[in-house]
Amino acid sequence: MQLSADGVTQAWRYWLLRYRRTWRGTIVISVANPALFLAALGFGLGKLVDHEHSAYLHGSSYLAFLAPGLLAAAMMQTAYIESAGPVHVSARRAGVYRVATATPLSPLDALLGHLLFIGFRILTSATTFAIVAWAFGAVPASRVGPLVLAATLTGLAFATPVAAWAVTVERPALLNGGFRFVIMPLYMFSGTFFAVAQLPGWLQAVARCTPLYQGVQLCRSVSLGDADPLAVVGHSSYLAVLVVGGLAVGARTFQRVLTA
Amino acid sequence: MTTARYERARPVAVMIERNLRIYRHTWALLLAEILEPILYLGSIGLGVGVLVGHLPGLGAPSVGYPEFVAPALLATAAMNGALNETAFLMYNRLAVERIYQPILATPMSVGEVAVGEIAWAVLRSVMITVGFLGVIAVFGLVASPWVLLGVLGAAVIGFCFACVGLLVATWVRGFPDFQFVQLVMLPMFLFATTFYPLGVYPRPVQVAVECLPLYQAIQLLRGPALGQVDAALLLSAGYLLVLGGLALHWGLRRLRRILSV
Amino acid sequence: MGILAQFVFCGYMLAVCGGAVRLSGVSVSSRTSVVSARGLTKTYPPGKAGSAFTAVDAIDFEVHSAEAFGFLGPNGAGKSSTMRMIGCVSPPTGGTLQILGMDAADSGKRIRARIGSVPQDDLLDPELTVGENLLIYGRYFGMSRIAIAERSAELLEFARLTDKADARVQALSGGMRRRLTIARSLMNTPDLLLLDEPTTGLDPQARHLLWERLFELKRQGVTLVLTTHYMDEAERLCDRLVVMDHGRVVATGSPRALIDTHVTREVLELLIEPGTGAAVAARAYGVADRIEVLADRLLCYTDDGERALARAHERGLGGLDALVRRATLEDVFLYLTGRSLIE
Repeated sequence: MQLSADGVTQAWRYWLLRYRRTWRGTIVISVANPALFLAALGFGLGKLVDHEHSAYLHGSSYLAFLAPGLLAAAMMQTAYIESAGPVHVSARRAGVYRVATATPLSPLDALLGHLLFIGFRILTSATTFAIVAWAFGAVPASRVGPLVLAATLTGLAFATPVAAWAVTVERPALLNGGFRFVIMPLYMFSGTFFAVAQLPGWLQAVARCTPLYQGVQLCRSVSLGDADPLAVVGHSSYLAVLVVGGLAVGARTFQRVLTA
Repeated sequence: MTTARYERARPVAVMIERNLRIYRHTWALLLAEILEPILYLGSIGLGVGVLVGHLPGLGAPSVGYPEFVAPALLATAAMNGALNETAFLMYNRLAVERIYQPILATPMSVGEVAVGEIAWAVLRSVMITVGFLGVIAVFGLVASPWVLLGVLGAAVIGFCFACVGLLVATWVRGFPDFQFVQLVMLPMFLFATTFYPLGVYPRPVQVAVECLPLYQAIQLLRGPALGQVDAALLLSAGYLLVLGGLALHWGLRRLRRILSV
Repeated sequence: MGILAQFVFCGYMLAVCGGAVRLSGVSVSSRTSVVSARGLTKTYPPGKAGSAFTAVDAIDFEVHSAEAFGFLGPNGAGKSSTMRMIGCVSPPTGGTLQILGMDAADSGKRIRARIGSVPQDDLLDPELTVGENLLIYGRYFGMSRIAIAERSAELLEFARLTDKADARVQALSGGMRRRLTIARSLMNTPDLLLLDEPTTGLDPQARHLLWERLFELKRQGVTLVLTTHYMDEAERLCDRLVVMDHGRVVATGSPRALIDTHVTREVLELLIEPGTGAAVAARAYGVADRIEVLADRLLCYTDDGERALARAHERGLGGLDALVRRATLEDVFLYLTGRSLIE
């Protein structure tokens, strides 16, 4: 398995170049999406929630509770959308990986170069989201920086395993199924919209094990400023293990699929 | 049915038959479309419902939050089911696969193909509705037997948005354009009183929201689901039927211009 | 014993006769007009950029029953527009068009019920299997399920796709797709079959198999109307053809008659250095009846190629390479329009 800095840079430049054609659209989406959700759910629904003063929210407003959870969940979605489809298409016949690995680029170069770009997309989306959240008054300016880092880590924890899997997928319908049957349930039940503590006991245990729950908790504790250092280390290590594990598996699957 | 009538309905039935055959390969999609509102219901209806408690002022004694949200999620699912089927899939068939071209080389006409596709989309909306109603009945979230009126309501919603989708399909220039469709659909979903009553908004905003087709679709299903059946339902149904009819008229004209030049 | 023998004999006859699939709805003997166009015109309205465009400019032609009739011409000559009008999917903007004794202007639905159509790029239904493609297509014509089942079994056999009935369309090779498209177009047992560039993009082997199938149809009395920009295809398949250029008919007749009328019997081709055409042509003046200059060769039209070659050699020409061949439709086209079919 070879890896070269040149190769990785070349691969990442390719994706960046492609992005130049569509970035305007994605900016609109990445600003509009959080703004709409925060306005409708944070303000609108928040009006009803805050009226009740539920003990589950530990005294924070629904907007402040929701924003970091939504951010973590949005980064999961961005990671999935950026890594599942594009990786799958690139690995198929006449895909860009096939073209790239016919040159001195190795499969590992292709993987890392692409992940670098996906990471860049996650970082920029997290930044716009966090700024929008700040503008809504959901997070203080001083915590925007750490929040972006936490959210990017959450996104990467999905990006690398999904890329490792997507390269092996034969039928695109599976990718769609993965989004609807795995990502959406995670989105809904990992403490994004309500506190996991509300769930019945066994479901709570399941929810706490999911990567998105770890990401949501990390982002929320950073954003609300009530972070327990030990918990932060715990959540971060969980996510970091996923990132590294995804990379390790991806190195193998990319090698296997692209040199077959 | 007389033979002449049967002859007129036959092309529509054939388009439905074609879609049903495709469905044998893609039935999981329907499952996903029923699952999505159920997930929303579980998460926001039940989960956030605990944080919200009961909604005052929506009828006696008071309405639980999940019962309030469920019909709105159903209306959204019926809308998406129909709109995706026509806007996205019809565009694909029109411009990418171009399969309407060989169909039009047979005795089938543009109008029959379009009406057939819309009929199928309506059928899908109804299937999604029946599936969703079955699930919420199991959850014990059915407040009134009038909820069955929702099947008819879903057909009206399906018709309206299938026709709008047809019109969209004739305008779209490429798949990236569907981003703009999303940009309209998402805020409509979020603001059309899906998750909270109209009373949250100041009056001018209320008027704007009342003009949204999804708001009317939600009204059409929410009333009967909560046991409130009155003449206002006819107004909502009328609004959706007129909107659908206009979209169909315009969409057909554009489709004819695209397909038979 | 006698009865049994009769049964056996009948069974044998059934096997023999049943084996010959009847694909057309007309009898071979009738020699009536199937398509008749007078002043047929297609003008497209002005688009976003540019002005109105006349694709087909007042053309006349007549297709007889049970013949193979071709439209020959380069891309953009108006062949496909003409085909779409004959197929009643595109309304003519001028002239009259009679198909199977009906007026295309007002009987489109009834005409389409009796036409089979093979579009240029197959346009099979990718979401359905091979068998389902035939089934649903039969339904578009209002055929009964029983009739469809019988018909598609015959046609899968005819297209040599019986073992592919349950395959997805994407899994087929180009030649198979083409054959399936032809099978699909025959579902309604058409009186008239339209083929728009039937062999474009196929490899030579697939092409020959397809031609064989088309000959089979012709033998059974189906009227074929096809477009092509391959002159060998036109020569092989067509009883009569029209040559089109810029929306107009520039010549009509059988392939042989067109060659006899418009060009000499043989052609001497002289290879030249690119760019030297004019100079070499001047030196070759008088070698043959007529000389055409192409990018890399001179075409010398003459009834005696060998004599012309000898004369060319006398003048020191043909040093690179030279060959004598029979004149083809390509030469007719070149003569009539001043350019090649495939550019």
